[in-house]
Amino acid sequence: MTIDLEKSIKKPSAGNPISLKSESLGKDAVRRLLRNRAAMVGGVIIILLYLMMIFADHLAPFDYAKQTLSEQNAVPPWLTKVFTVMQPYAKFPADNPNKYLLGADYVGRDLLSRIIYGSRVSLIIAIIGPLISLLIGVVYGSISGFFGGRVDNVMMRIVDILYAFPGLLFTILLMTFFRTSLAKPLPGSIGAALSVIDNNLGGMLFIFIGIGMTAWETMARLTRGQVLSVKEKEFIEAARSIGSNDRRIMFKHILPNIIGPLVVSETLAIPGYINTEAFLSFIGLGVNPPTPSWGSMISDGSKVVRTYPNQTVFPALMLAITMFAFNFLGDGLRDALDPQMRGKT
Amino acid sequence: MGRYILRRLLYMIAVLIVVSIITFGLMHAVPGGPFDKEKPLPKEIIANLERRYHLDQPLYIQYLQYMKAILVPRISTEKFPNTIDDDALFKFKVGKHYVHWINFGPSYSSRSRTVNDMLRDQLPISMQLGFLAFVVAVFIGMPLGIIAALKQNTWLDYTSMTLAIFGVSVPVIVLGPILVWIFGVTLRWLPVTGWGAKPPFTLGFFPKKLDWSFWQYAIMPMFALGLSSSASIARLTRASLLQVVREDYIRTARAKGLREGLITTRHALKNALIPVVTILGPMFASLLTGTFVTETIFGIPGMGRYFVNSITNRDYPVIMGTVLIYAIFLVFCNLIVDLVYGALDPRIRYE
Repeated sequence: MTIDLEKSIKKPSAGNPISLKSESLGKDAVRRLLRNRAAMVGGVIIILLYLMMIFADHLAPFDYAKQTLSEQNAVPPWLTKVFTVMQPYAKFPADNPNKYLLGADYVGRDLLSRIIYGSRVSLIIAIIGPLISLLIGVVYGSISGFFGGRVDNVMMRIVDILYAFPGLLFTILLMTFFRTSLAKPLPGSIGAALSVIDNNLGGMLFIFIGIGMTAWETMARLTRGQVLSVKEKEFIEAARSIGSNDRRIMFKHILPNIIGPLVVSETLAIPGYINTEAFLSFIGLGVNPPTPSWGSMISDGSKVVRTYPNQTVFPALMLAITMFAFNFLGDGLRDALDPQMRGKT
Repeated sequence: MGRYILRRLLYMIAVLIVVSIITFGLMHAVPGGPFDKEKPLPKEIIANLERRYHLDQPLYIQYLQYMKAILVPRISTEKFPNTIDDDALFKFKVGKHYVHWINFGPSYSSRSRTVNDMLRDQLPISMQLGFLAFVVAVFIGMPLGIIAALKQNTWLDYTSMTLAIFGVSVPVIVLGPILVWIFGVTLRWLPVTGWGAKPPFTLGFFPKKLDWSFWQYAIMPMFALGLSSSASIARLTRASLLQVVREDYIRTARAKGLREGLITTRHALKNALIPVVTILGPMFASLLTGTFVTETIFGIPGMGRYFVNSITNRDYPVIMGTVLIYAIFLVFCNLIVDLVYGALDPRIRYE
């Protein structure tokens, strides 16, 4: 019979200096983050963006899919002062010149509303991408690193093979696979269920899956490396010597110690996910029209950039601001949680 | 060292074979065939076409035939006829024998062209763009990072690091159209679409002449693609150099009375560049494969358009060829990085 010594040891209480120290580490990180002005600006912008996304229905003046063909490429008067090239041919909506605050697109849909709704895909992928990547990558990497030996060898060779795939090409291939093979799935199959969800989300589900499937490999490698280095530490040996089993060691001792750097690296990866989604939508493999995405709006707009630059500039600006904010926040988080990593990409 | 390279090469071949099998499988798992048109062709014609391209055979036979055409050289005492099936990337003569080697197969969607044609005409353009973007990334990123680190906490440092964050945050699909709008439409300095070099290329890759007629097309795309990478190089270089200048051996070098310039170049930079070099390989590979968006924005006749079209058209050989070629680049880049890593850091030994 083994005695679970670990459970019999008293949990550190509020008066215990150990718990005080760990708390002050957390507090220290928060304080550092709050003092980082750039990170705070990024954070505030991100909060505003999410608020805009949540209240899109109330903020957007028009339906994002409503076409008014008579008001194609309409522009408000103030825009012709900014983009003077448009003056000779600018068309104002007849009933109210300022009807569309940022203008309308090539089928007369309100740009502002589309930009507001278009934030959905980008901002959701900014949450889902890291989640999928962490979920698969951390589980995969920790199994590989924890068990080592042959398991590790096989699992890492698989990651090596996936690494040899040119990332973007693989995502494109996957997206095409989803878009075509699951377009007419057998009724009642998983594929049918997925494509119903996908249709209701305007094509977002497959973007999440496509990006998630290529995103976890780096995370798996990173996790494995971290697990390998923590595994050999004395406190793991100590835990083992008092009879902790594998699961306890993994969840109680290894994971809490490695999760910080993993979360930081995932935060820094967020702009990459946003970029990939925008790219997929740009080449037409992203959201299903008429669902707006900044990527597809830039794609539509860049066809008429010579005549109506506003159709490109505004979604492009939003995309840049969003990535900017996430970069700032990610940098700040890293500096706060991991002062040694300061300034590294 | 020699044995290490040999082992790595063998391993790379294994990886590439697995990549080819996965791509082949995934590609054929997508329903619909290359000859499905909006107005369906008669059954007999489709059957004939499929027989012509061996699509009626079992998948594993198709795969083996495909790999055979790429790997196994064909040798004949007579000259090969000038047909699509006999095309090859390398055609040469050994003694009396004609040798044809590496045939990536025909393109299904444009019947008169082969994938080899594409690799000869389009791939070099994509490579030129990717390479130029890489040059932009390195030659802007590294100096920026070095200056920022050497002048830490001065306005130079702050400016270059703010620039770097801007660079990282502005993706190609944002920067591209904005550059077009500024320099192409408003100022009219540069042409907005096209590419200045046309096939055939010198040595298969290099444009014939590098004068303004080439650069006027290249400048915008190469900066659009390369700037964000230059920003991450700058950040990494700065961080790495800042860490190195605090090492003991730098203090030792100072104590010896070495000149500051010498310390920076000989001792600090050499060590600081090691982590930078490790990201150059993947970065080079991702720039080469990431040219697709830039090509679309600037209307450059590279691989991008063909690859995206080939997927929607189920143009199997084009998909396979593109993925394989890029996978080969990727694994080679990684190998070269590992070798350079060893050259820069003598502590690393190849087992």
